[in-house]
Amino acid sequence: MRLAINWFKYSAPTTFYGLAGKLIPFFAWPAAILFAVGLYIGFFVAPTDAVQSEAYRIMFIHVPASILSMFIYLIMAGYAALGLIFKTRLSSMMASALAPTGALFAFISLWTGALWGKPMWGAWWVWDARLTSELILLFLYLGFIALQASIEDPRRADRASALLAIVGSVNVPIIYYSVQWWNTLHQGSSIKFSGTSMHVAMQQSMFTILVACWLYVIAVVLARVRSIILERESNTQWVKDLAETK
Amino acid sequence: MNKLSLFGLLGLVIRRDLLLAMRRRADVLTTLVFFVMVVSLFPLGVGPEPDMLRKMAAGVLWVAALLASMLSLPRMFSADYLDGTLEQMMLAPQSLTMMVLGKIIAHWMLSGLPLVLIAPVLGLQFDMSVQALWVLMLALLLGTPVLSMIGAIGAALTLGLRGGGVLVSLLVLPLCIPVLIFGAGAVEAVNSGMDAISNLSLLGAFLLFALVFTPFVAAQALKISME
Amino acid sequence: MMNWSEFFAMNGYGFYVWGSYGVAFLVFIIEIFMVRNRRKLALRQLRLLNESGEA
Repeated sequence: MRLAINWFKYSAPTTFYGLAGKLIPFFAWPAAILFAVGLYIGFFVAPTDAVQSEAYRIMFIHVPASILSMFIYLIMAGYAALGLIFKTRLSSMMASALAPTGALFAFISLWTGALWGKPMWGAWWVWDARLTSELILLFLYLGFIALQASIEDPRRADRASALLAIVGSVNVPIIYYSVQWWNTLHQGSSIKFSGTSMHVAMQQSMFTILVACWLYVIAVVLARVRSIILERESNTQWVKDLAETK
Repeated sequence: MNKLSLFGLLGLVIRRDLLLAMRRRADVLTTLVFFVMVVSLFPLGVGPEPDMLRKMAAGVLWVAALLASMLSLPRMFSADYLDGTLEQMMLAPQSLTMMVLGKIIAHWMLSGLPLVLIAPVLGLQFDMSVQALWVLMLALLLGTPVLSMIGAIGAALTLGLRGGGVLVSLLVLPLCIPVLIFGAGAVEAVNSGMDAISNLSLLGAFLLFALVFTPFVAAQALKISME
Repeated sequence: MMNWSEFFAMNGYGFYVWGSYGVAFLVFIIEIFMVRNRRKLALRQLRLLNESGEA
């Protein structure tokens, strides 16, 4: 009785294309539902904050976006490393599929951070350690995307950007701690948000939106990787026989 | 053919690159002139008050050093890439990593070292104290090699690409930020009376960390680009 | 906080709160359209390839 599931069956673009297509709705719709639930809790259940009244509600999208922008970068570097070491095309495709979404989440994190900083700290942009590290993370994303875009040959593009992602991910902690040190030197510790205890509804809302964002990311990345597969495998026979291309 | 030791190889590559660079002295001077010009522009933009300039000096000099070393990065491999010597180097039995380290050191001697030597002179423009100038030189001495090393990875990755110069800076600058922070931090620590030993030791740590990893990573990047 | 005008005012912080959420959702919508569009282009490219292949 062969119990072992052949995981590698789905690591080839041919089988993965079909699987991803079926999976997208299972991630997309729960994401939308959870977003709605998270927002409802965040806006109607969570109480008004003593210190900031309503402005703190920005936290429910800002914190998940920051967490995601960081994790997506690490996952992207992981896929890139897999693609570089094992030369599996699909891993490199996943890495290049993740990059734009990660960059967009870094942008959302910066944008919402600025809009939250204005009422809280009085300025659109504050050289707070986290915001500064987020800005540098966005540069790392843009570097990855720019390098990938400027190399025609997909194979070299994957491997070159993979190396950059690996070097980048080694530097992320170094950059974070040096910015942390730099910030505390110049400004003293900026107002720590953790002062106000987190009401349970706040945590629920933030967690729900975080999960919703994760599902959203998986759905979007799966969709994008399918397009990448179509683009890169366009001269293969199995793509030619695909129904959609008739 | 006598057995070439690793350090013999290193010396050979460094001598060769320096010799080649000396034949086209203009390239060496452009980095230096760019550095001097960028640094001299700031007082014109910001105003001549000495105390303001003194506060900004470290940051200005360090950012200018960063940009100046970015300027000369594409040339690290492109000359050899175009006339095929890079391919020969990669085919040679000797270790590519050591050759890349040699090219990094040669590039640093042409773009980093001059900055270190001229920085104190420019520091006077910003009315920096002698002590601050001394720490600035030391910090640059530790920091600029790291810029060349990280830059080597960027240069190797963007080998032969159109618009490679700008792309290298986009890839490499975010990675050089810790060096900038602690480099400028060292001088500022001295200005505000503390000693800069913690910053300098961290810069030293970056240098050793980079020295161990970047030649190998840059060699891998070359292999990827030259496939 | 049941009447809508108070809700949107967010006690004075409406601009910041809805500015954040508005842009966040705008980014999501744009990304979804970008992905759909990329798929459309890829498929059109393949159809052309197929037609030229058969012709």
